[in-house]
Amino acid sequence: MDTSFRLLPLQASDHAASVDRLTLGLLLVSVFFTLLIATLVIFFAIKYRRRPASPSDLSEAPKTGQKHGALALEITWTVIPLILVVFMFVAGARVFVRSQQPPSDAMAFSVIGKQWMWIAQHPTGVRETNALHVPAGKPIRLLMISEDVIHDFGLPAFRMKQDVLPGRYTSEWFEPTVPGEYHLFCDQYCGSEHSKMVGTIYVMEPAQYRQWLEGRPADVPPRVAGEKLFAQYGCVTCHAARGPTMAGLYGRNVDLEGGGTVIADENYLRESILYPSAKITRGYPPIMPSFRGQLTEEQVMDLVIYIKSLAGATSEPYQLQNVGPATQPSRAIPGPGPFQPTQMPKEQP
Amino acid sequence: MSSIPYYPAAERPQTYLNWSYRVKSWLLTKDHKRIAILYMLSITLFFFVGGAAAVAMRIHLLTPDGTLVQADTYNRLFTLHGVVMVFFFLIPSIPAVLGNFLIPLMIGAKDLAFPRINLASWYFYMAGGLCAVIALVAGGVDTGWTFYTPYSSIYSNTNVVWAIAGIFLAGFSSIFTGLNFIVTIHKMRAPGMTWFKMPLFCWAHYATSIIQVLATPVVAITLVLVIVERVFRAGIFDPSLGGDPVLFQHLFWFYSHPAVYIMVLPAMAVVSEIIPCFARKPIFGYAFIAFSSVAIAVFGFLVWGHHMFVSGESLYSALIFSALSFSVAIPSAVKVFNWTATLYKGSISSATPMLYALGFIGLFTMGGLTGLFLATLGIDIHVHDTYFIIAHFHYIMVGGAVMAYLGGLHFWWPKITGRMYPEFLGKVSACIIFLGFNLTFFPQFLLGYLGMPRRYHSYPPEMQVLNVMSSAGASILAVGYLLPLGYFIWSLRYGKIAPANPYLATGLEWQTTSPPPPENFDAPPVVTEGPYRYDLMRSQLGTPLVMDGSETQLTGSVGL
Repeated sequence: MDTSFRLLPLQASDHAASVDRLTLGLLLVSVFFTLLIATLVIFFAIKYRRRPASPSDLSEAPKTGQKHGALALEITWTVIPLILVVFMFVAGARVFVRSQQPPSDAMAFSVIGKQWMWIAQHPTGVRETNALHVPAGKPIRLLMISEDVIHDFGLPAFRMKQDVLPGRYTSEWFEPTVPGEYHLFCDQYCGSEHSKMVGTIYVMEPAQYRQWLEGRPADVPPRVAGEKLFAQYGCVTCHAARGPTMAGLYGRNVDLEGGGTVIADENYLRESILYPSAKITRGYPPIMPSFRGQLTEEQVMDLVIYIKSLAGATSEPYQLQNVGPATQPSRAIPGPGPFQPTQMPKEQP
Repeated sequence: MSSIPYYPAAERPQTYLNWSYRVKSWLLTKDHKRIAILYMLSITLFFFVGGAAAVAMRIHLLTPDGTLVQADTYNRLFTLHGVVMVFFFLIPSIPAVLGNFLIPLMIGAKDLAFPRINLASWYFYMAGGLCAVIALVAGGVDTGWTFYTPYSSIYSNTNVVWAIAGIFLAGFSSIFTGLNFIVTIHKMRAPGMTWFKMPLFCWAHYATSIIQVLATPVVAITLVLVIVERVFRAGIFDPSLGGDPVLFQHLFWFYSHPAVYIMVLPAMAVVSEIIPCFARKPIFGYAFIAFSSVAIAVFGFLVWGHHMFVSGESLYSALIFSALSFSVAIPSAVKVFNWTATLYKGSISSATPMLYALGFIGLFTMGGLTGLFLATLGIDIHVHDTYFIIAHFHYIMVGGAVMAYLGGLHFWWPKITGRMYPEFLGKVSACIIFLGFNLTFFPQFLLGYLGMPRRYHSYPPEMQVLNVMSSAGASILAVGYLLPLGYFIWSLRYGKIAPANPYLATGLEWQTTSPPPPENFDAPPVVTEGPYRYDLMRSQLGTPLVMDGSETQLTGSVGL
């Protein structure tokens, strides 16, 4: 990694470029107002500086007609900042909303954070610690959970960051465009070795990435591991007959006992495995046992990924529900196909 | 012209300082002025404790791998720095020292409404401070001042309970002070002192008090919940016990974001007094400054969610909190524009308090504008939890609140102690602090945008140059803070005797002697004019003691 002095961070995704444009825009506004205020203060302080002390200066007649306030001015300097911040809000929100909606063809990685390391798993099952190899030109989506305290998967070169919580999935996506090595920081204070919970993101050309992947010891893909667990823990006994079926469940609205519905997202699946009585599907008796304490976070994640695959999803809407679940069949290994840039709305400057 | 009346010791007029020298007369005092002095001494002590931790951190960060301490020690240092500076220095600083001393004087009252509660508030503060010191001596705390769960409630092996108990107790002192100010301002104004004849200092403190009374109980309860989970393993915040870790953040920031305005509104209060005095002009847009204080206090309650943009908050919450966060910018901008407009066609002195006030405008403007970057969702995601945040809130809290506190301390020093501070050294230290501050914290904006996370004991080598710059600035800043400590103490014995009104300022506090008598005013004042009639004063008063640094001689006509 390049360790020579730099003033600005590396820019390794389109999102990074749009964040930088946004920053530049705000910077211009800020510099303008800072200079305006500084210039006025310094100019007034010099132009109207108090003349050398002589009692006569102060005993002069009071200035007449001096204004102590002016409504027009007050309205002006209330309205102009108001208009400016509305623009800032809209511009910032556009970039943000896009950064929170992973494209439906994103490669799905899982990340587990714990004091003080990151364990990432590729869709093929390959595991890495404090490192993540990804192909350039593919959107990457991380499904993340912590085993202990709150961590944060911070990616300055991609201008992305997301807390990794215990007990609940969060997700983050980015699309690296420039091959290279980039910092991974834990950005949420997590104890003694917080500053050692760092790693490297290796962005590689897709061909190189495939080569790298093949050179790694093969491992069970999470979906396959989940399928095995589904059988091993007897889930299949009920969820094929007495219980609600898992097929097509993911991303669907589930009617709940006692009214209300919930969207079957990753966190709902996780909760239903560990706290089955929290949300009971309407029409089914609350007989499912809890698997809390029996499954590791990784196993729960494998199960969730497997159940997702039963709905034909490799990726899914996160937080925003207006993007329907992807319908293409599951792919355990990312397609070796040509680089296809994701269609994203271009930012209006 | 030197016509200071000389009194033999026995005939000196009685002041709040000299009516009794017994220890008991201080420790059991119900005089708001003496309580302010007690607070001043205690927060000064805490300021230098917190400052020492900051110096140690900046020395440590001179090299990428760290020069001074182990990671565990470093974590204790930044926690100590944050806890002490926020809860034991910044929150009590201006309200409990200057507000306590000045509000009754400014509104022409004999004391605050509840003198005993005022004394109790200092004891709560000291008890809290004692707990914090115990936590410190017994091995420290390593959670950061934000006490995020479940790290603080389950995982940390340090003295979290003592530290939290300290903050809990200090919270009561804050509530007591706020309560006292609200009642005092409502009920004890002198005849003729209508709300709109009240100095802006009182308006801003009124707004501050509302926050103190409404928000402090929330953080107190939240922190007690951390203790409950820590001691009894009740599942509140730790998901493995059935809790929700993000719930803590909501509760914590519901107090701690408004708490930022507990720190900065009183700073604005001070600046609103200093600027018209040294520009010799009525303040521009009095009502707008007054109401913007209230607006900041109200909006401040609606923006806590912007601390959780990356915490797994829903997209819609993030959008709403982002929009609301921008709303705070408007009243803040209105204040800055009004202060600047006050300078227009003034007769501007460069006395020390004015240098601090003008420095405040510059640094607060930068702190406020960088706040816009953080309210902008797309940018916040990138700079959240990095040094950008550190730089931003130090511009507000140190560049804003500490500059204003020091400016206010110089401004009212003659009133508080009866002595003048040395003007030349005052100006020098104001300039050193301004330069040292910018050198310390400006590079941190760049570090943050580069991605350097906060609370890191080591960092990548490409970030070293900016870190060294910041550490260099910190050493200058330290000198800037030690200078006033030295010359303020010096001035108590060797400073010029201050007249009642050395700057020819308006405001009732200048109408009584320096230092004031125990009962504040010899005769109850009656108010007929608005607070900043500097336009009427020129012909009515003599020569000020402090004009543009060339101190003129005292005239006998000053004072009552």
